[in-house]
Formats: sequence, C-alpha cells, structure tokens
Amino acid sequence: MSEEKYVPKSKLGQWFDSRLPLLTLAHHINDYPTPKNLNYWWTFGGILTFFLIIQIITGLVLAMHYVAHADLAFGSVEHIMRDVNYGWLIRYLHANGSSMFFLAVYIHIFRALFYGSYKAPREIIWIIGMLIYLLMMATAFMGYVLPWGQMSFWAATVITNLFSAIPLVGDSITSWLWGGYAVGSPTLTRFFSLHYLFPFLIFGLVILHIWALHIPGNNNPVGIDIKKPSKETVPFHPYIIIKDFYALLIFLIIFLGFVFFVPNVLGHPDNYIEANPMVTPSHIVPEWYLLPFYAILRSVPDKLGGVVVMFAAVFILMFLPWLDTSKVRSAVFRPLYKVFFWILVIDVIVLGYIGAKPPEGMYLIIGRISTIYYFVHFIVIMPLLGFKEKTIPLPLSISDPVLGDESKLSSEKQ
Amino acid sequence: MSSSYAFLTTVIVLLIIFLYLSWVFVSIKVVDKEQKKETSERRDFLFTASYALGAVGVGAAVWPLIDQMNPDASVKALATTEVDISTVGLGKTITVLWRGKPVFIRRRTQEEISKAQNVNLSELIDPQKDEDRVKKSEWLIMTGVCTHLGCVPLGEKGDFGGWFCPCHGSHYDTSGRIRKGPAPTNLEIPKYEFVDNNTIKIG
Ligand code: HEM
Ligand code: FES
Repeated sequence: MSEEKYVPKSKLGQWFDSRLPLLTLAHHINDYPTPKNLNYWWTFGGILTFFLIIQIITGLVLAMHYVAHADLAFGSVEHIMRDVNYGWLIRYLHANGSSMFFLAVYIHIFRALFYGSYKAPREIIWIIGMLIYLLMMATAFMGYVLPWGQMSFWAATVITNLFSAIPLVGDSITSWLWGGYAVGSPTLTRFFSLHYLFPFLIFGLVILHIWALHIPGNNNPVGIDIKKPSKETVPFHPYIIIKDFYALLIFLIIFLGFVFFVPNVLGHPDNYIEANPMVTPSHIVPEWYLLPFYAILRSVPDKLGGVVVMFAAVFILMFLPWLDTSKVRSAVFRPLYKVFFWILVIDVIVLGYIGAKPPEGMYLIIGRISTIYYFVHFIVIMPLLGFKEKTIPLPLSISDPVLGDESKLSSEKQ
Repeated sequence: MSSSYAFLTTVIVLLIIFLYLSWVFVSIKVVDKEQKKETSERRDFLFTASYALGAVGVGAAVWPLIDQMNPDASVKALATTEVDISTVGLGKTITVLWRGKPVFIRRRTQEEISKAQNVNLSELIDPQKDEDRVKKSEWLIMTGVCTHLGCVPLGEKGDFGGWFCPCHGSHYDTSGRIRKGPAPTNLEIPKYEFVDNNTIKIG
C-alpha cells in the first residue's frame, strides 16, 4: 500500500494492468507493510494456505482413482495404496496433511487469542476465520467417511445422528442427510461430492480473510496500532516471505516425518476394517482434532443438551470480539488474562484427552469440569477481566520494547 | 407428484410474468405523473406481491434440489424382509439387516421375560410396558440402533442384563428399554408381523 500509484514498467504490463490490474495486486502483496516485530506465531497463516493447496492437489489425484460407492470405496482405497503408482504416498500426504492443517489452524487460532487479534478493527477477519474452521471440520469429517472403514461408517452414523436430537423434524433431517434409513451408499456419494466442493469454498473464504486483513493490516505481538508504512513496518517481500518460508520448512519436516515414518499413528487401525453396519467397534473415537468437542458432547448426560452444548462450544468463539471487553489487545500487557489464556489451553488439551477415553468414572467427572470451565472462560472470565484487570502500560511504538527503553512507555493505562 | 409440480411451477412463472408486465406498465405511468407527486401505492403493492411471489418461485425451483437427497425409490422399495426364525434357540439373538439397519430378533428366556414384566413403570426413563413392546412375549424384535447417536448396542451386557451401547454408555433392559445413559428413548420396535410360527415379516 505504497502511497504513490503503481505503474508497471513494461508497455505490455501497462496495457494488461489497465485492463485487469493483476500486476497492481501482485505489487500490493509485495509491498504490503507488515509490522517489523512479527514473531513465528505469525507464520501459520502462510503454512495454512500451503496446506490447503496440498490438500486440493493430493485430493484431485485421489479422486482420479477413488470410487464413491459403498461396495467399492474400501477396495478402491486399498487399490490406491497397493496398485496406483505412488498412490500410498499421495494418500498418506492427504490423510496426514489434514492433521497438519488442523494443527496449524489451532496454533493460528490460539495465536489470535493470545494477541487479541480478533478485536476491533479485525472482527470480520476473525469471523471469516471461524467460518473457514467450521468448513474445515465439515470437510475433514466427510473426507474421513470416504475410505468406508469401520471408523468412517460409525463416525458418519454418530455425527449425522446429532441432528436427530432436533425436536420434531430431527428424524426427517437425518433420513434426508442419509438418503435412506441409515448411513449407506447414497450418504457416501453425497459426502464425496461435498468433500470435493468444500475446499474450494474454503479457498474463496481464504481470499476474503486476507482481503479483510489487508484493510487494517496485521496485528502484532505488542498489539498497538502503528502507522503504515513507517519505520515500524517492513515490506512483506522479502522480509516476511522469507520468515514464512523458514517456518514452513520446519513444519514440512515434521509433516514428512509423519508421512514417511509413522503414516498411521494419527489414524485409527479399525479404519482398515471395511464398514459393517451390523457391528459397532467397541471404542469409537473421532479424529484427534475433533476430540475436545466430542468430550464436551459426552459430558452432558442428555441427548439434545449434549448436542446443543457442543455446537455452542464452537459458535461461542464467533462472539469473542464482543465477549472480550478489554481494550488492550496483546496478553503481554495483560498479566491476568495471560494466566487465564494458558489455563484455557490446558483445559482444551484436557478435553482432547478425555474425548479419547471412555466416558465413565473419573474421566466423566474431569470432562464435566473442563466443559464447564471452557464456558466460564468465555462467558464470565473474559468479560469481567476487561473491567477488573490492571494492565501494564503500553509502549508508544513497537520499537521501544525491542530497544528496551523503559522511559518511553506511555504512562496512561489504556 | 411430477405433474402437479409442473403445474405449480408453470402457474408461478405465469404469475411472475404478469406481475412483471404490470410493474413495467405502472412504472411508466408513475414516471409520467412524477411531477404531479402521484403517490405510488400501486407500486408498493406490486413490490410486495413480486417479492412474495419471487420467494415462492425460488422455493419451487430449489425444492427438487433439496428433495433429491431424500430416500429414493430404490431405497424405499427395499421396505420389507422375511426372516426364518425357526433356528433361533432359547436365549439366542439373531441380527438381520433391514433398510440398512440391524434388527435384533431375540428369543427371550423365561427369566428375562419376568424381569422385563416386573419392572415398576415409574422407574423407567421412557415408560412402556413390556407387553406393549412384543407380539409374543418370547420374541423381542427391535431395531438394533441406539436411540442416542445410532451405534449398535451389545447384547447380554450392561447393568440391566439387556443391551449396552459402547459408544457413550447407554444401558437397556431385557425389554430394550432405556434405563441409564444418554439415550432418550427405548430401542425402537419396527413394524413386523408373524407370517406363521416360524417366519416373521419386517416392514
Ligand atoms: C480442506 C481440504 C481437505 C481436507 C481437510 C481433507 C481431508 C480428508 C481426510 C481426513 C480424508 C480421509 C483420509 C483417510 O483416512 O484415508 C480424505 C479423503 C479423501 N479426500 Fe480429502 N480433504 C481435503 C480436500 C480434498 C479435495 C479438494 C479433494 C478432491 C478434489 C479430496 C478428495 C479426497 C478423496 C478422493 C478421499 C478418499 C481417499 C482416501 O481416503 O485417502 N480431498 N480427505
Ligand atoms: S450411541 Fe449409544 S450411547 Fe451414544
């Protein structure tokens, strides 16, 4: 967003750009002023974009060999694994890629929670992000159904049955979702169709997400507004690109470590047994990235109640910009919020652990306490902190904390 | 269904065309009289009518796209199954697939039957007499789908000697009634009849 208007150098470039300003767009991304103090937690946006593309490319290739039919799907995935050239690699990239995608999105979301990136003027960025997250969950869930193993089948059954909790119309909705009286071939084919579509919807939302980001510009670890462009910013290229790349490389090493050495640890062995509508595996669990919500679902001893509370756990995040009453963005300057932030992180990890355990005895009790705490964090602690917390004075510029000049700290409490 | 659908959509399309033409007609009139500050009540009515009809039209256009997801004719055609039950021994269960769902056919022991009959109805989450759940008290026939989220419960398990659902821990008694856990209702009884002493027809 340099002040003077960009004009391409070549005649051809000028001709093209005056008809479709793609070069201006590229130039904007090139020059986009970015706070100079962004740390590695800010590299996950790039990592996420990369993984979306990986999923789309490997998915397209899988779709060339996969057959969406209840009698053939399981066999076609085995065929991909054994017969198709490099089929094993492509499938392992796709299956583990989805896990890495979620790992990255969770880090990205908790980054936003820590640095208050969801607050004004970035609410729309946050809400679009949440929509992306919802679509990701739907996409991954439907993808997991495609191999038509035991876990696929029973995950599909349990998740679609959540809708049967809706009073009056619940049963009509489930049979509409299934295209039958139980999960079966019609369910599989529609899930394939939607699993193919949703990533492209996500792609569209990602463009909106970045567009909305480029209006106010990036938040930063100090969380104060800065003038852009100024001495506080650096151009996106090459400074941020190179940092994003380095983080991506490290992340890729971890990703490929999974793909080549332990490609099945994140999956469930029962999914190598073909779907059988007569027998439910004795211990069914969702993929790891959905476990916290699964734990919340199970901690409520009532069908409708459990479903409502689980959906509430996701949707409450949408209202975060208004639940957080503090004007200070970054947790660096919020001594109390910082503590509660880490308690929330632990709480979510505990929920994930509980989600993988049978719902009985101690596990059930811990699950219930963690569920209650999850909601208390957002509904009670967050709004109250804004009024009660004594925040640390904010620096006037992001250079000050770097240069360690304490005298320049603004004395007013924001 | 399809001819009435065609009729309905045709009527809606014709109405929309009629509204569109009168809208154009009135607009021209109103523009003519603009200077004379003629109120446009007629236009307001036309707006409302157009929006309302437009909404119905969009609904009619979208309905086939939604309804195509409902169970289709071939799925509905598999509506009944006949099962030979002569080989089921006392205290044994067989499971058959009906409309993609497992159906339990259990030949109950005398002990199970009396246990099921002697429960005080006020103890039940979803009160129902055992007699109302069977046609012949020896034969308990029900859909083997947990009413919580659809897993298949395991037989002769759980705190009540009936069924236990491993997914989220629902316990059913020897009549398939929910006794403990997150499931809201008893295991469902499908429509069935005894064709003769050895055969039942489900559906
Ligand atoms: C947001 C991006 C995506 C995510 C998170 C995702 C996730 C998944 C997951 C979790 C599976 C199950 C993997 C397994 O256990 O085998 C899967 C399978 C599959 N996906 Fe995707 N996917 C994405 C994009 C796509 C796209 C764009 C396509 C097609 C163009 C596609 C085609 C397939 C196919 C054919 C399978 C079945 C083969 C298999 O099970 O490996 N996916 N997906
Ligand atoms: S599906 Fe049976 S208890 Fe949840």
